[in-house]
Amino acid sequence: MSDTEERVKKIVVEHLGVEADKVTMDASFIDDLGADSLDIVELVMAFEEEFGVEIPDDAAEKITTVGDAVKYIEEHKG
Amino acid sequence: MRRVVVTGLGLVTPLGADVETSWSNLIAGKSGAGQITRFDTSDQKCTIACEVKPADHEYGFDPDKRVDFKIRRQVDPFIVYGIDAAGQALEDAGLTEMDDDMKLRAGCSIGSGIGGLPGIESESLVLASKGPGRVSPHFVHGRLINLISGQVSIKYGLMGPNHAVVTACSTGAHSIGDAARMIKDGDADIMLAGGAESTICPIGIAGFAQAKALNCSSNDAPEKASRPYDKGRDGFVMGEGAGVVVLEEYEHAKARGAKIYAEVVGYGLSGDAYHVTAPHPEGKGAENAMRMAMRKAGMEPGDIDYVNAHGTSTMADTIELAAVKRVLGDDLGGASMSSTKSAIGHLLGGAGAVEAIFCILAMRDQIVPPTLNLDDPDEGTEGVDLVPKVSKKREVKAVLNNSFGFGGTNASLIMKAVD
Repeated sequence: MSDTEERVKKIVVEHLGVEADKVTMDASFIDDLGADSLDIVELVMAFEEEFGVEIPDDAAEKITTVGDAVKYIEEHKG
Repeated sequence: MRRVVVTGLGLVTPLGADVETSWSNLIAGKSGAGQITRFDTSDQKCTIACEVKPADHEYGFDPDKRVDFKIRRQVDPFIVYGIDAAGQALEDAGLTEMDDDMKLRAGCSIGSGIGGLPGIESESLVLASKGPGRVSPHFVHGRLINLISGQVSIKYGLMGPNHAVVTACSTGAHSIGDAARMIKDGDADIMLAGGAESTICPIGIAGFAQAKALNCSSNDAPEKASRPYDKGRDGFVMGEGAGVVVLEEYEHAKARGAKIYAEVVGYGLSGDAYHVTAPHPEGKGAENAMRMAMRKAGMEPGDIDYVNAHGTSTMADTIELAAVKRVLGDDLGGASMSSTKSAIGHLLGGAGAVEAIFCILAMRDQIVPPTLNLDDPDEGTEGVDLVPKVSKKREVKAVLNNSFGFGGTNASLIMKAVD
Protein backbone atom coordinates (compact mmCIF):
# COMPACT_ATOMS: atom_id res chain seq x y z
CA MET A 1 0.00 0.00 0.00
CA SER A 2 1.42 3.40 -0.97
CA ASP A 3 1.90 6.10 1.64
CA THR A 4 -0.86 8.20 0.00
CA GLU A 5 -3.26 5.28 0.00
CA GLU A 6 -2.62 4.59 3.67
CA ARG A 7 -3.17 8.21 4.70
CA VAL A 8 -6.32 8.55 2.56
CA LYS A 9 -7.79 5.41 4.10
CA LYS A 10 -7.00 6.63 7.61
CA ILE A 11 -8.88 9.89 6.95
CA VAL A 12 -11.87 8.01 5.54
CA VAL A 13 -12.04 5.73 8.60
CA GLU A 14 -11.78 8.70 10.99
CA HIS A 15 -14.49 10.70 9.23
CA LEU A 16 -17.02 8.04 8.36
CA GLY A 17 -16.51 5.67 11.28
CA VAL A 18 -16.33 2.63 8.98
CA GLU A 19 -14.28 -0.54 9.42
CA ALA A 20 -10.82 -0.16 7.89
CA ASP A 21 -11.16 -3.35 5.80
CA LYS A 22 -14.18 -1.89 3.99
CA VAL A 23 -12.12 1.05 2.75
CA THR A 24 -10.82 -0.62 -0.42
CA MET A 25 -9.56 1.24 -3.47
CA ASP A 26 -12.77 0.61 -5.41
CA ALA A 27 -15.12 1.36 -2.50
CA SER A 28 -17.62 4.10 -3.39
CA PHE A 29 -17.95 6.77 -0.70
CA ILE A 30 -21.72 6.96 -1.12
CA ASP A 31 -22.71 3.42 -2.14
CA ASP A 32 -20.30 1.40 0.01
CA LEU A 33 -19.20 3.64 2.87
CA GLY A 34 -22.46 5.40 3.80
CA ALA A 35 -21.32 8.94 3.00
CA ASP A 36 -23.62 11.68 1.78
CA SER A 37 -22.68 14.62 -0.44
CA LEU A 38 -21.72 16.79 2.55
CA ASP A 39 -19.48 14.08 3.93
CA ILE A 40 -17.62 14.11 0.61
CA VAL A 41 -17.13 17.88 0.85
CA GLU A 42 -15.64 17.31 4.30
CA LEU A 43 -13.43 14.46 3.10
CA VAL A 44 -12.10 16.56 0.23
CA MET A 45 -11.27 19.34 2.72
CA ALA A 46 -9.43 16.83 4.88
CA PHE A 47 -7.45 15.53 1.87
CA GLU A 48 -6.50 19.09 0.92
CA GLU A 49 -5.26 19.75 4.47
CA GLU A 50 -3.37 16.46 4.75
CA PHE A 51 -1.60 16.57 1.38
CA GLY A 52 -1.37 20.32 0.74
CA VAL A 53 -3.19 19.98 -2.59
CA GLU A 54 -6.07 21.99 -3.93
CA ILE A 55 -9.01 19.99 -5.22
CA PRO A 56 -11.32 22.32 -7.17
CA ASP A 57 -15.08 21.66 -7.12
CA ASP A 58 -15.21 20.22 -10.65
CA ALA A 59 -12.45 17.74 -9.80
CA ALA A 60 -14.03 16.91 -6.43
CA GLU A 61 -17.27 15.99 -8.18
CA LYS A 62 -15.44 13.27 -10.10
CA ILE A 63 -13.98 11.70 -6.96
CA THR A 64 -16.48 8.97 -6.10
CA THR A 65 -14.24 6.13 -4.88
CA VAL A 66 -11.28 5.86 -2.53
CA GLY A 67 -9.13 5.01 -5.54
CA ASP A 68 -10.27 8.20 -7.34
CA ALA A 69 -9.06 10.25 -4.38
CA VAL A 70 -5.70 8.45 -4.15
CA LYS A 71 -5.14 8.83 -7.90
CA TYR A 72 -5.98 12.57 -7.90
CA ILE A 73 -3.71 13.25 -4.94
CA GLU A 74 -0.81 11.22 -6.40
CA GLU A 75 -1.06 13.20 -9.62
CA HIS A 76 -1.32 16.65 -8.03
CA LYS A 77 0.67 16.68 -4.79
CA GLY A 78 3.83 18.74 -4.80
CA MET B 1 -61.17 16.62 26.48
CA ARG B 2 -57.90 14.92 25.60
CA ARG B 3 -55.66 14.44 28.64
CA VAL B 4 -51.86 14.33 28.46
CA VAL B 5 -49.70 11.97 30.53
CA VAL B 6 -45.98 11.26 30.83
CA THR B 7 -45.00 7.71 29.87
CA GLY B 8 -41.22 7.88 29.42
CA LEU B 9 -38.22 9.71 30.88
CA GLY B 10 -34.66 10.37 29.72
CA LEU B 11 -31.86 12.29 31.41
CA VAL B 12 -28.25 13.24 30.82
CA THR B 13 -27.02 15.36 33.72
CA PRO B 14 -23.84 16.27 35.60
CA LEU B 15 -24.95 13.65 38.17
CA GLY B 16 -25.50 10.78 35.75
CA ALA B 17 -26.04 9.59 32.19
CA ASP B 18 -29.49 8.15 32.90
CA VAL B 19 -32.59 8.82 34.99
CA GLU B 20 -31.96 6.53 37.95
CA THR B 21 -28.31 7.47 38.46
CA SER B 22 -29.01 11.21 38.20
CA TRP B 23 -31.94 10.91 40.61
CA SER B 24 -30.22 8.74 43.22
CA ASN B 25 -27.18 11.03 43.27
CA LEU B 26 -29.45 14.07 43.56
CA ILE B 27 -31.41 12.55 46.43
CA ALA B 28 -28.12 11.57 48.12
CA GLY B 29 -27.17 15.26 48.16
CA LYS B 30 -24.26 15.00 45.71
CA SER B 31 -23.01 17.98 43.73
CA GLY B 32 -22.08 17.81 40.05
CA ALA B 33 -19.83 20.86 40.24
CA GLY B 34 -16.08 20.92 39.70
CA GLN B 35 -13.28 22.64 37.83
CA ILE B 36 -13.91 22.94 34.09
CA THR B 37 -11.96 20.19 32.30
CA ARG B 38 -12.92 20.97 28.68
CA PHE B 39 -10.58 23.89 28.10
CA ASP B 40 -7.89 26.00 29.71
CA THR B 41 -9.63 28.41 32.10
CA SER B 42 -6.53 30.24 33.32
CA ASP B 43 -7.67 33.57 31.85
CA GLN B 44 -11.38 33.20 32.79
CA LYS B 45 -13.09 34.88 35.73
CA CYS B 46 -15.06 31.68 36.30
CA THR B 47 -13.27 28.32 36.21
CA ILE B 48 -16.05 26.02 37.46
CA ALA B 49 -19.11 24.32 36.04
CA CYS B 50 -21.30 21.24 36.38
CA GLU B 51 -20.02 19.19 33.45
CA VAL B 52 -21.52 15.96 32.18
CA LYS B 53 -18.81 13.50 33.15
CA PRO B 54 -16.69 11.58 30.60
CA ALA B 55 -17.43 7.92 29.80
CA ASP B 56 -14.71 6.56 32.12
CA HIS B 57 -16.17 8.36 35.16
CA GLU B 58 -18.22 6.45 37.75
CA TYR B 59 -21.41 8.04 36.38
CA GLY B 60 -20.08 9.32 33.07
CA PHE B 61 -21.85 9.64 29.73
CA ASP B 62 -20.99 7.29 26.86
CA PRO B 63 -21.98 9.07 23.62
CA ASP B 64 -21.54 5.84 21.63
CA LYS B 65 -24.48 4.21 23.34
CA ARG B 66 -27.25 5.87 21.32
CA VAL B 67 -25.63 8.26 18.85
CA ASP B 68 -23.98 7.12 15.61
CA PHE B 69 -20.29 7.93 15.33
CA LYS B 70 -20.72 9.98 12.16
CA ILE B 71 -23.47 12.15 13.65
CA ARG B 72 -21.52 12.64 16.85
CA ARG B 73 -18.59 14.01 14.85
CA GLN B 74 -20.79 16.49 13.02
CA VAL B 75 -22.92 17.99 15.77
CA ASP B 76 -22.50 19.98 18.96
CA PRO B 77 -22.72 18.18 22.33
CA PHE B 78 -26.20 19.56 23.12
CA ILE B 79 -27.55 17.56 20.17
CA VAL B 80 -25.74 14.41 21.31
CA TYR B 81 -27.19 14.76 24.82
CA GLY B 82 -30.64 15.43 23.35
CA ILE B 83 -30.60 12.39 21.04
CA ASP B 84 -29.48 10.18 23.93
CA ALA B 85 -32.11 11.48 26.38
CA ALA B 86 -34.83 11.10 23.72
CA GLY B 87 -33.71 7.51 23.10
CA GLN B 88 -33.84 6.76 26.83
CA ALA B 89 -37.36 8.19 27.05
CA LEU B 90 -38.60 6.12 24.10
CA GLU B 91 -37.02 2.97 25.53
CA ASP B 92 -38.60 3.70 28.92
CA ALA B 93 -42.01 4.17 27.28
CA GLY B 94 -41.63 0.99 25.20
CA LEU B 95 -41.96 2.98 21.99
CA THR B 96 -38.75 2.29 20.08
CA GLU B 97 -40.66 0.15 17.58
CA MET B 98 -43.79 1.92 16.33
CA ASP B 99 -45.89 1.06 13.29
CA ASP B 100 -46.31 3.64 10.52
CA ASP B 101 -49.71 4.85 11.76
CA MET B 102 -48.25 5.54 15.20
CA LYS B 103 -45.22 7.26 13.70
CA LEU B 104 -47.48 9.64 11.79
CA ARG B 105 -49.02 10.66 15.12
CA ALA B 106 -45.69 10.95 17.01
CA GLY B 107 -43.62 14.13 17.05
CA CYS B 108 -40.76 16.02 18.71
CA SER B 109 -40.55 19.27 20.61
CA ILE B 110 -37.00 19.35 21.95
CA GLY B 111 -35.40 22.77 22.19
CA SER B 112 -32.34 24.54 23.49
CA GLY B 113 -31.64 27.97 24.90
CA ILE B 114 -28.51 28.80 22.96
CA GLY B 115 -27.70 25.82 20.75
CA GLY B 116 -24.30 24.98 19.33
CA LEU B 117 -22.15 27.67 20.88
CA PRO B 118 -18.95 25.56 21.19
CA GLY B 119 -19.12 24.72 17.47
CA ILE B 120 -19.89 28.31 16.48
CA GLU B 121 -16.87 29.38 18.50
CA SER B 122 -14.50 26.78 17.08
CA GLU B 123 -15.57 27.16 13.45
CA SER B 124 -15.28 30.95 13.74
CA LEU B 125 -11.65 30.37 14.70
CA VAL B 126 -11.23 28.10 11.65
CA LEU B 127 -12.76 30.83 9.47
CA ALA B 128 -10.39 33.44 10.91
CA SER B 129 -7.24 31.32 10.65
CA LYS B 130 -7.81 29.21 7.52
CA GLY B 131 -10.53 31.00 5.58
CA PRO B 132 -14.06 30.15 4.42
CA GLY B 133 -12.90 27.14 2.38
CA ARG B 134 -12.12 25.23 5.57
CA VAL B 135 -15.45 25.75 7.35
CA SER B 136 -17.16 22.42 7.84
CA PRO B 137 -20.06 21.56 5.51
CA HIS B 138 -21.79 20.27 8.65
CA PHE B 139 -21.36 23.59 10.43
CA VAL B 140 -24.95 24.87 10.14
CA HIS B 141 -27.01 21.75 10.77
CA GLY B 142 -24.62 20.64 13.50
CA ARG B 143 -25.37 23.76 15.55
CA LEU B 144 -29.06 24.53 14.89
CA ILE B 145 -31.38 24.32 17.87
CA ASN B 146 -34.12 22.35 16.08
CA LEU B 147 -31.66 19.64 15.07
CA ILE B 148 -32.31 17.51 18.15
CA SER B 149 -35.91 17.23 17.02
CA GLY B 150 -34.65 16.73 13.46
CA GLN B 151 -32.10 14.03 14.29
CA VAL B 152 -34.47 12.19 16.63
CA SER B 153 -37.28 12.19 14.07
CA ILE B 154 -34.93 10.73 11.45
CA LYS B 155 -33.54 8.09 13.81
CA TYR B 156 -36.95 6.85 15.00
CA GLY B 157 -39.10 7.73 11.96
CA LEU B 158 -41.33 10.18 13.84
CA MET B 159 -43.49 11.99 11.28
CA GLY B 160 -45.72 14.06 13.58
CA PRO B 161 -45.11 17.71 14.55
CA ASN B 162 -41.42 18.65 14.51
CA HIS B 163 -40.84 21.66 16.69
CA ALA B 164 -38.17 23.35 18.79
CA VAL B 165 -38.65 26.04 21.41
CA VAL B 166 -36.04 28.77 21.97
CA THR B 167 -36.88 30.73 25.11
CA ALA B 168 -33.55 30.85 26.92
CA CYS B 169 -33.81 29.21 30.33
CA SER B 170 -37.56 28.56 30.02
CA THR B 171 -37.04 26.40 26.92
CA GLY B 172 -37.43 23.02 28.62
CA ALA B 173 -40.68 23.97 30.36
CA HIS B 174 -42.14 25.68 27.28
CA SER B 175 -41.21 22.64 25.17
CA ILE B 176 -43.21 20.33 27.42
CA GLY B 177 -46.12 22.75 27.74
CA ASP B 178 -46.34 23.41 24.00
CA ALA B 179 -46.07 19.71 23.17
CA ALA B 180 -48.81 18.88 25.67
CA ARG B 181 -51.03 21.37 23.86
CA MET B 182 -50.28 19.72 20.51
CA ILE B 183 -51.55 16.45 21.95
CA LYS B 184 -54.60 18.16 23.49
CA ASP B 185 -55.34 19.82 20.14
CA GLY B 186 -55.17 16.46 18.37
CA ASP B 187 -52.04 17.22 16.32
CA ALA B 188 -50.32 14.15 17.77
CA ASP B 189 -50.84 11.25 20.19
CA ILE B 190 -47.20 11.03 21.26
CA MET B 191 -44.65 13.84 21.65
CA LEU B 192 -41.02 13.67 22.72
CA ALA B 193 -40.59 16.92 24.63
CA GLY B 194 -37.72 18.55 26.47
CA GLY B 195 -34.55 20.56 26.20
CA ALA B 196 -30.78 20.28 26.06
CA GLU B 197 -27.80 22.55 26.49
CA SER B 198 -24.04 22.48 26.35
CA THR B 199 -22.31 25.85 26.40
CA ILE B 200 -19.36 25.11 28.65
CA CYS B 201 -16.87 26.64 26.24
CA PRO B 202 -14.63 29.72 26.50
CA ILE B 203 -17.08 32.17 24.92
CA GLY B 204 -20.04 30.73 26.84
CA ILE B 205 -18.36 31.07 30.23
CA ALA B 206 -16.91 34.49 29.36
CA GLY B 207 -20.25 35.77 28.06
CA PHE B 208 -22.25 34.82 31.14
CA ALA B 209 -19.46 36.03 33.43
CA GLN B 210 -19.43 39.40 31.68
CA ALA B 211 -23.22 39.58 32.06
CA LYS B 212 -22.63 39.24 35.84
CA ALA B 213 -24.81 36.15 35.91
CA LEU B 214 -22.18 33.50 36.78
CA ASN B 215 -20.64 32.83 40.17
CA CYS B 216 -17.04 34.01 39.86
CA SER B 217 -16.19 34.05 43.56
CA SER B 218 -16.10 30.34 44.41
CA ASN B 219 -13.52 28.99 41.98
CA ASP B 220 -11.72 27.32 44.88
CA ALA B 221 -14.90 25.66 46.21
CA PRO B 222 -17.01 24.59 43.23
CA GLU B 223 -19.41 22.37 45.18
CA LYS B 224 -20.30 25.32 47.42
CA ALA B 225 -20.83 27.81 44.58
CA SER B 226 -24.49 27.17 43.75
CA ARG B 227 -26.40 28.21 46.89
CA PRO B 228 -29.97 29.30 46.11
CA TYR B 229 -31.72 31.37 48.83
CA ASP B 230 -28.50 31.61 50.83
CA LYS B 231 -27.35 35.10 51.80
CA GLY B 232 -23.96 34.32 50.28
CA ARG B 233 -25.28 33.41 46.83
CA ASP B 234 -23.36 35.08 44.07
CA GLY B 235 -24.51 33.93 40.65
CA PHE B 236 -25.31 30.65 38.95
CA VAL B 237 -23.03 27.75 38.08
CA MET B 238 -23.30 26.58 34.49
CA GLY B 239 -24.54 23.05 33.97
CA GLU B 240 -25.13 20.99 30.84
CA GLY B 241 -27.13 17.98 29.72
CA ALA B 242 -30.62 17.12 28.55
CA GLY B 243 -34.03 16.06 29.74
CA VAL B 244 -36.67 14.54 27.47
CA VAL B 245 -40.07 13.08 28.34
CA VAL B 246 -42.54 11.07 26.32
CA LEU B 247 -45.92 12.81 26.46
CA GLU B 248 -48.88 10.72 25.41
CA GLU B 249 -52.62 11.09 25.12
CA TYR B 250 -54.12 9.37 28.17
CA GLU B 251 -56.45 6.90 26.39
CA HIS B 252 -53.67 6.04 23.94
CA ALA B 253 -51.32 5.26 26.82
CA LYS B 254 -53.96 3.25 28.68
CA ALA B 255 -54.91 1.23 25.60
CA ARG B 256 -51.36 -0.02 25.14
CA GLY B 257 -50.87 -0.66 28.85
CA ALA B 258 -48.14 1.94 29.22
CA LYS B 259 -46.61 2.85 32.56
CA ILE B 260 -48.02 6.31 33.45
CA TYR B 261 -45.80 8.56 35.56
CA ALA B 262 -47.92 11.71 35.81
CA GLU B 263 -50.46 13.93 34.10
CA VAL B 264 -49.64 17.39 32.77
CA VAL B 265 -52.56 19.43 34.13
CA GLY B 266 -51.40 23.05 34.12
CA TYR B 267 -49.27 25.26 31.89
CA GLY B 268 -48.83 28.99 32.31
CA LEU B 269 -46.83 31.45 30.20
CA SER B 270 -46.07 35.14 30.53
CA GLY B 271 -43.66 37.94 29.68
CA ASP B 272 -42.09 40.30 32.20
CA ALA B 273 -42.04 43.26 29.77
CA TYR B 274 -39.32 44.73 31.96
CA HIS B 275 -35.62 44.00 31.29
CA VAL B 276 -33.46 41.72 29.11
CA THR B 277 -31.67 39.94 31.95
CA ALA B 278 -33.15 41.09 35.28
CA PRO B 279 -36.53 39.79 36.41
CA HIS B 280 -39.31 42.21 37.27
CA PRO B 281 -38.45 43.33 40.83
CA GLU B 282 -41.90 42.33 42.06
CA GLY B 283 -41.88 39.03 40.18
CA LYS B 284 -45.08 39.90 38.36
CA GLY B 285 -44.28 37.83 35.29
CA ALA B 286 -43.47 34.78 37.42
CA GLU B 287 -46.68 35.27 39.38
CA ASN B 288 -48.78 35.57 36.22
CA ALA B 289 -47.32 32.34 34.80
CA MET B 290 -47.97 30.44 38.03
CA ARG B 291 -51.53 31.80 38.35
CA MET B 292 -52.33 30.76 34.79
CA ALA B 293 -50.99 27.25 35.41
CA MET B 294 -52.98 26.95 38.66
CA ARG B 295 -56.16 28.10 36.92
CA LYS B 296 -55.69 25.61 34.08
CA ALA B 297 -55.06 22.84 36.60
CA GLY B 298 -58.13 23.85 38.60
CA MET B 299 -55.96 23.86 41.71
CA GLU B 300 -56.02 25.89 44.91
CA PRO B 301 -53.12 26.74 47.23
CA GLY B 302 -52.70 23.65 49.36
CA ASP B 303 -53.06 21.31 46.38
CA ILE B 304 -49.38 21.68 45.44
CA ASP B 305 -46.96 19.53 47.47
CA TYR B 306 -43.64 20.38 45.86
CA VAL B 307 -42.32 23.37 43.96
CA ASN B 308 -39.16 22.91 41.90
CA ALA B 309 -38.05 26.52 41.80
CA HIS B 310 -36.19 28.28 39.04
CA GLY B 311 -33.82 29.30 41.90
CA THR B 312 -30.60 29.96 40.02
CA SER B 313 -28.55 31.15 43.01
CA THR B 314 -28.86 34.81 42.00
CA MET B 315 -30.63 37.88 43.40
CA ALA B 316 -33.73 36.67 41.55
CA ASP B 317 -34.27 33.75 43.97
CA THR B 318 -36.08 35.82 46.59
CA ILE B 319 -38.12 37.64 43.94
CA GLU B 320 -39.39 34.26 42.74
CA LEU B 321 -40.04 33.13 46.32
CA ALA B 322 -42.12 36.26 47.02
CA ALA B 323 -44.16 35.53 43.89
CA VAL B 324 -44.67 31.88 44.89
CA LYS B 325 -45.87 33.10 48.32
CA ARG B 326 -48.42 35.41 46.71
CA VAL B 327 -49.77 32.49 44.67
CA LEU B 328 -49.62 29.67 47.24
CA GLY B 329 -49.63 31.55 50.56
CA ASP B 330 -46.91 32.59 53.02
CA ASP B 331 -46.28 28.97 54.02
CA LEU B 332 -46.65 27.88 50.35
CA GLY B 333 -49.81 26.06 51.39
CA GLY B 334 -47.66 23.40 53.04
CA ALA B 335 -45.62 22.73 49.91
CA SER B 336 -41.88 22.09 50.04
CA MET B 337 -39.80 24.08 47.59
CA SER B 338 -36.22 23.40 46.50
CA SER B 339 -33.78 24.35 43.80
CA THR B 340 -32.01 21.39 42.26
CA LYS B 341 -29.71 23.86 40.50
CA SER B 342 -27.80 23.74 43.79
CA ALA B 343 -26.67 20.24 42.75
CA ILE B 344 -26.56 20.16 38.94
CA GLY B 345 -26.07 23.85 38.14
CA HIS B 346 -28.14 25.71 35.61
CA LEU B 347 -28.80 23.68 32.46
CA LEU B 348 -30.25 26.79 30.74
CA GLY B 349 -32.50 25.49 27.94
CA GLY B 350 -32.36 22.00 29.42
CA ALA B 351 -33.23 23.10 32.97
CA GLY B 352 -37.03 23.12 32.78
CA ALA B 353 -37.22 19.64 31.30
CA VAL B 354 -34.66 18.06 33.64
CA GLU B 355 -36.40 19.65 36.61
CA ALA B 356 -39.83 18.48 35.39
CA ILE B 357 -38.41 14.95 35.45
CA PHE B 358 -37.15 15.46 39.01
CA CYS B 359 -40.69 16.60 39.93
CA ILE B 360 -42.14 13.42 38.42
CA LEU B 361 -39.64 11.26 40.32
CA ALA B 362 -40.50 13.12 43.54
CA MET B 363 -44.10 11.96 43.02
CA ARG B 364 -43.01 8.42 42.15
CA ASP B 365 -40.78 8.00 45.20
CA GLN B 366 -42.55 10.37 47.64
CA ILE B 367 -39.34 12.24 48.37
CA VAL B 368 -38.24 15.80 47.54
CA PRO B 369 -34.67 16.68 46.57
CA PRO B 370 -32.69 19.17 48.67
CA THR B 371 -31.42 22.71 48.22
CA LEU B 372 -27.69 22.25 48.82
CA ASN B 373 -25.49 24.84 50.54
CA LEU B 374 -28.38 26.60 52.27
CA ASP B 375 -26.30 27.60 55.30
CA ASP B 376 -27.66 31.07 55.95
CA PRO B 377 -31.14 31.54 54.47
CA ASP B 378 -31.86 35.02 53.14
CA GLU B 379 -34.58 37.30 54.46
CA GLY B 380 -38.03 36.34 53.30
CA THR B 381 -37.41 32.60 53.56
CA GLU B 382 -38.80 32.28 57.11
CA GLY B 383 -41.61 29.80 57.47
CA VAL B 384 -40.90 28.20 54.09
CA ASP B 385 -39.62 24.63 53.72
CA LEU B 386 -36.71 25.02 51.30
CA VAL B 387 -35.53 21.46 52.00
CA PRO B 388 -32.08 22.57 53.16
CA LYS B 389 -29.17 20.22 52.39
CA VAL B 390 -30.96 16.89 52.86
CA SER B 391 -33.77 15.36 50.81
CA LYS B 392 -37.05 14.83 52.58
CA LYS B 393 -39.63 12.04 52.61
CA ARG B 394 -43.12 13.46 52.28
CA GLU B 395 -46.39 13.05 50.43
CA VAL B 396 -46.07 14.40 46.87
CA LYS B 397 -49.18 14.21 44.70
CA ALA B 398 -48.91 17.45 42.72
CA VAL B 399 -45.93 19.54 41.65
CA LEU B 400 -45.24 23.01 40.27
CA ASN B 401 -42.15 23.61 38.16
CA ASN B 402 -40.99 27.16 37.37
CA SER B 403 -38.63 28.30 34.62
CA PHE B 404 -37.74 31.87 33.73
CA GLY B 405 -35.46 33.14 30.98
CA PHE B 406 -33.54 36.11 29.64
CA GLY B 407 -35.82 38.40 27.71
CA GLY B 408 -38.36 38.17 30.53
CA THR B 409 -39.98 34.89 29.48
CA ASN B 410 -41.72 32.73 32.10
CA ALA B 411 -43.21 29.24 32.11
CA SER B 412 -44.86 27.22 34.87
CA LEU B 413 -45.89 23.59 34.63
CA ILE B 414 -48.15 21.67 37.00
CA MET B 415 -48.21 17.89 36.99
CA LYS B 416 -50.05 15.47 39.23
CA ALA B 417 -49.99 11.80 39.99
CA VAL B 418 -52.54 9.64 38.16
CA ASP B 419 -54.59 7.25 40.32
